[in-house]
Amino acid sequence: MTPLLEFRNVTKVYTKGLLSRAATTALDDVSLKIEDDQPTILTVAGESGSGKTTLAMLLLGFIAPTRGQILYKGKDIAHLRGEEKVNFRKEVQAVFQDPFAVFNPFYTVDHLLTVPIEKFKLARSKREARDRMDEALSAVGLRPEDVLGRFPHQLSGGQRQRINVARALLLKPRLLVADEPVSMVDASLRATILESLRNLNREHGISIIYITHDLTTAYHVANSIIVLYRGSVMEAGSIDRVIREPQHPYTRLLIDSIPWPDINRKWGQTEIVAREQEHGSVETGCKFTSRCPFAMDKCRQAPPPLYRVAPEQVAACYLYDAQPVVERERLSEVLPV
Amino acid sequence: MTTSSPILRVIDLQVSYYTEAGRALALDRASLELYPGEKLGMVGESGCGKSTMALAMMRMIKPPGRIEGGKVFVGDTELTALSEEQMRRARLSLISYIPQGAMNSLNPVLRIEAQMRDAIKEHQPEMSKAEIQERIYHALESVELRRSVARMYPHELSGGMKQRVCIAIGILLGPKVIIADEPTSALDVVTQRQVMETLDRVQKQLGSAVILIGHDMGLMAQFVDKVAVMYAGKFTEISPVRDMFTNPLHPYARALIESLPTLENKGVFKGIPGLAPSLIRRPPGCAFHPRCAHAMEICRSVTPALERLPSGRFVACHLYDREGNLVNAELRMAG
Ligand SMILES: Nc1ncnc2c1ncn2[C@@H]1O[C@H](COP(=O)(O)OP(=O)(O)OP(=O)(O)O)[C@@H](O)[C@H]1O
Ligand SMILES: Nc1ncnc2c1ncn2[C@@H]1O[C@H](COP(=O)(O)OP(=O)(O)OP(=O)(O)O)[C@@H](O)[C@H]1O
Ligand code: SF4
Ligand SMILES: [Mg+2]
Ligand SMILES: [Mg+2]
Repeated sequence: MTPLLEFRNVTKVYTKGLLSRAATTALDDVSLKIEDDQPTILTVAGESGSGKTTLAMLLLGFIAPTRGQILYKGKDIAHLRGEEKVNFRKEVQAVFQDPFAVFNPFYTVDHLLTVPIEKFKLARSKREARDRMDEALSAVGLRPEDVLGRFPHQLSGGQRQRINVARALLLKPRLLVADEPVSMVDASLRATILESLRNLNREHGISIIYITHDLTTAYHVANSIIVLYRGSVMEAGSIDRVIREPQHPYTRLLIDSIPWPDINRKWGQTEIVAREQEHGSVETGCKFTSRCPFAMDKCRQAPPPLYRVAPEQVAACYLYDAQPVVERERLSEVLPV
Repeated sequence: MTTSSPILRVIDLQVSYYTEAGRALALDRASLELYPGEKLGMVGESGCGKSTMALAMMRMIKPPGRIEGGKVFVGDTELTALSEEQMRRARLSLISYIPQGAMNSLNPVLRIEAQMRDAIKEHQPEMSKAEIQERIYHALESVELRRSVARMYPHELSGGMKQRVCIAIGILLGPKVIIADEPTSALDVVTQRQVMETLDRVQKQLGSAVILIGHDMGLMAQFVDKVAVMYAGKFTEISPVRDMFTNPLHPYARALIESLPTLENKGVFKGIPGLAPSLIRRPPGCAFHPRCAHAMEICRSVTPALERLPSGRFVACHLYDREGNLVNAELRMAG
């Protein structure tokens, strides 16, 4: 069976303009598969600047990989033409990270929602179009009469974000890439919106790539997780394993830094060893070496492969070099759906 | 608690937006007091008026919005009585605002130091070149950024570094009140921790009060002293953080706390049923009554006032008397 989506050893290097010296490897040899018949919710987490949005932009075909290939239903997305391209555009939707940037300030909210309805012929009549719009807005807790007719600057941050989600719900794609879709809404609404995303997944068989810093909600909706650090997969596996028993030193620091909404639980027992450095520094070994409390000599020599630390968990760290190696290309095989 | 006098007093601040559909009452006579060194978290449904309140305190509401009443004091200075020119100087030196999405609004073609210099010049035009430079370095160092960051462009910095630059801009002139609007919602949790530790340290150095606006209740639990819960432009409850998390009084605050994801209740989504009211047609009485499981007859017609209870907590709900006891003894809140 051809996967719905496949990343084959994808690397993205941004070469900078006049201003800085070094190029940034935003995504470093990532392979990934989403099966068509096994809809899943996969969380991509990691440092700010670790390549999450880059992954989303590559997947959507907005930027081209420097090396490697991205296939949709077996076809390289760089070579999609005509009807295939239209289908891809319809079946793969995104909720973009910055709700302040994506809106054209001169169009009202209606425009953002009616354009896709018309373009992809999602409704047979004006009436039906309006019904579908209302339905999608209510699913994200918005009143149509409150937001329709408004310009983006007349909405609060969370309202804009929810309109983005409503748009994705409206389109019922095959694959949804949601880049921080609920970072600006409150806990109760987060629950409501994530529940609608999960229903989308369960009832309509839609796979979701949920990019987020909010590991508490990721824990609640996702089946599996990939943790990135400076473009590389540090750890991946079932969401339960990784959140409850993180193995990689970076993931441990990350999980320990989750601010749980519990005042009896102290935030961050582990000290944050080194401050982040300026970008563009070159390493030969593990990218986490300079901040890692366990760093050994060999960590500086070559990047560690993925070691299988549990049936549904891999970690790229020499602390586990007694465990079997999982080839990067086969990462998806350890991710539960 | 401190015996000093409040550094910030907001009294009955009111803001409306005049939209095509009608007047939206976005902030309805909100009052608040903060003491030096205090950290207040302001939470509430998206669109309930948090940023509006911050902007109103800064007198930065733009049309179609209008400040319709109320007073804001920082120390003895009544901001609401200042001339435009005086207010311009008060911003950044008395009270500063780190806006929502600030790190994305840094100018991409200007070096960090140029943006910081502009910020100072806007508010303190007569400051000398040397002092400006000193302030810039000092601010950067306070947020643990190297001086060399001054010469960089925003795209050369990571999200966490940009967010710290924004905090640095906010503290350039040593304000007494710092309002940070969702300063970390775009950052990973490790960086969040660093940024919050930074804010904490800076605040201690300056002895300022901080208002942290945000949705991340986890961050609130870990960082603030008091939590103010807003609903439809009004405060429903203001309580010390421990009380808020262990024994919230207002039904909306309670529902909000109960909706929080924990390690234990995986996969359980407890959103509050129903939609937030339209600010244009606010329901009469308590704005939360259509969604409240405990609504009584009086709730439908009489708006509850924010009462100060003997415990020092504030709550606006008919379920409680002035002592903070449930008016109806049989009534036991669920949960
Ligand atoms: N257009 C671009 N040109 C040059 N460098 C870029 C560009 N876009 C991103 N980068 C760099 O690539 C790296 C990855 O960025 P990306 O936006 O994918 O991170 P992210 O994981 O989404 O971060 P965040 O959590 O902050 O959203 C960063 O170092 C970033 O500075
Ligand atoms: N310029 C404007 N014109 C009309 N209405 C506005 C304008 N700015 C804000 N509003 C409305 O005022 C209300 C309060 O907005 P505000 O930005 O204060 O909310 P918020 O609590 O900060 O929300 P969020 O958590 O989503 O940032 C919202 O319903 C919003 O739609
Ligand atoms: S490989 Fe080495 S440096 Fe990298 S995380 Fe593991 S122990 Fe630390
Ligand atoms: Mg991103
Ligand atoms: Mg806001």
